[in-house]
Amino acid sequence: MSTMDPATSPAARPEPSVGMPTHQKAIFVVLLILLVALPWFVYPVFAMKVMCFALFASAFNLLLGFGGLLSFGHAAYFGMASYVAAHAAKVWGLTPELAVLAGTAAAALLGLAIGSLAIRRQGIYFAMVTLAFAQMVYFFALQAEFTGGEDGIQSVPRNDLFGLIPLESNMALYFFVLVVTFGGILFIHRIIHSPFGQVLKAIRENEPRAVSLGYRVNRYKLMVFTLSATLAGLAGAVKSQVFQLASLTDVHWTMSGEVVLMTLLGGMGTVFGPMLGAAIIVTMQNYFATLGAWVTVIQGVIFVAGVLLFREGIVGLIARWTKKPL
Amino acid sequence: MTAALEARGLRKEFKGFVAVDDVDLTVEKGTIHALIGPNGAGKTTCFNLLTKFLSPTAGRITYEGRDITRLSPADIARLGLVRSFQISAVFPDLSVLENVRLALQRQRGDSYDFWRSERVLSRYDEAARGHIDEVGLTEFAHHRAAELSYGRKRALEIATTLALEPQMLLLDEPMAGMGQEDVERISALIRRIAKNRTILMVEHNLNVVASLSDRITVLARGEVLAEGDYATVSQAPEVIEAYIGAGHD
Ligand SMILES: Nc1ncnc2c1ncn2[C@@H]1O[C@H](COP(=O)(O)OP(=O)(O)OP(=O)(O)O)[C@@H](O)[C@H]1O
Ligand SMILES: [Mg+2]
Repeated sequence: MSTMDPATSPAARPEPSVGMPTHQKAIFVVLLILLVALPWFVYPVFAMKVMCFALFASAFNLLLGFGGLLSFGHAAYFGMASYVAAHAAKVWGLTPELAVLAGTAAAALLGLAIGSLAIRRQGIYFAMVTLAFAQMVYFFALQAEFTGGEDGIQSVPRNDLFGLIPLESNMALYFFVLVVTFGGILFIHRIIHSPFGQVLKAIRENEPRAVSLGYRVNRYKLMVFTLSATLAGLAGAVKSQVFQLASLTDVHWTMSGEVVLMTLLGGMGTVFGPMLGAAIIVTMQNYFATLGAWVTVIQGVIFVAGVLLFREGIVGLIARWTKKPL
Repeated sequence: MTAALEARGLRKEFKGFVAVDDVDLTVEKGTIHALIGPNGAGKTTCFNLLTKFLSPTAGRITYEGRDITRLSPADIARLGLVRSFQISAVFPDLSVLENVRLALQRQRGDSYDFWRSERVLSRYDEAARGHIDEVGLTEFAHHRAAELSYGRKRALEIATTLALEPQMLLLDEPMAGMGQEDVERISALIRRIAKNRTILMVEHNLNVVASLSDRITVLARGEVLAEGDYATVSQAPEVIEAYIGAGHD
């Protein structure tokens, strides 16, 4: 065995394409076309809910699938952004885009603060720290004045977009939500395929080696944590505008669990998995809503079955069959 | 001669077990210094201490006259003191080119750009290919590192390390598990890169040690047994004793 033995050297491989693979681009285009047509076929509020959760799960997947960090407290960013955006629209009378921006910024700051403490821990301890902080955020939401305690912030007005375009109708709002969530998901994709994303992959694959190359890995971890929290916040902020409501559900630990479920079910570390996972779970909750507490049981069963039957998630499984990264 | 790397009273305890026991080590600038000793002697632990992958229980480390005892491992690498690992350290799911590029990318400092396309990294391709050619991996530039044979992974690791243009390299058994042909090839490469660099290496292959190193430190049970050139060290009775006692070589 030799490093240079020409007899065993295969022909040099052609240069692979950089950036997003063509088939992924194609899927994004098809998805966009479907989403544009969707509100004529399904109830727009339902479709908007799916899109918000698709963004939430994709943001979570950025941290878990690409940063290799399992957070059990992502509801904190989703929920806090939802409160701040609802408050901004209702009390400050901000236009939707500014309200969403305010909520997202709050999530970014919260992510930066919690992240800088959590990334000092590894593995399960990291997960515990994120959960502990998320519980603190929950109790804050329960007690604080502006969050409205048990009632939450209700009847949030749908102000005019940019102060110009009325969003009263679900159709108009739908396209605002589509642009923001789809844009958010494309942005996540860009992060993964950026110079920063390249370093993230290196850290995930071999952290000591990345350190020995001089990478201050904790800075990268903090950055991906903050980006993930920010985008989770974007999802929560948009959701509050859709439902005209911010409530304790959004900061509850079960919300943190749901986003883990969506991501694992769809396929962590895949591009389209978290979106599919979100669509499945939201659809299920919608159709089985009449079953009450049984929805949780059904979700649990799906989770266990999913983990046992296909560990790489639905999209992960398809990617393995088709031998294409999805 | 001046010292590149110096350790004084270096000590590491693992829950009462002393893996490195009051080690004094001076690596002169521009030399190839070998650290040898039987299995479990504490060589890798020494490397981990010198590069701060582990924190010493006691002792002081200076590099180029600067106290580095409290620096982080990443910051030590940034000073130009770069280590390799005993088990080959590559990024398995990335291509050979991407592996080497990661070293170049860090130095020029645009690794935090999350909003730009990775296309911008192609500006490092040419330099990366230079390093890849140097270790004879030209045809493998677009292979995943995981697909490479063991010897080629080690070669890739060296190429990546060299891309950092380090002033000093710490190589932990760079030739372990390689065939004779690869050993010669890597030996020649080490001799070449040592012309304007300092090297501290752990190596079990005593022929390689004899032919490459200017100075040798023998470690056993965490303590320095002997130090000197190959002739001196190989004659020392305590060294012969330690090697036979440990059933090695
Ligand atoms: N993290 C650790 N915790 C406990 N003991 C350790 C740890 N790392 C190393 N040791 C012990 O310290 C001693 C020295 O180990 P080290 O890996 O430094 O030896 P080495 O000289 O590199 O051996 P080899 O030639 O086999 O690579 C061994 O007895 C090992 O079991
Ligand atoms: Mg060792």
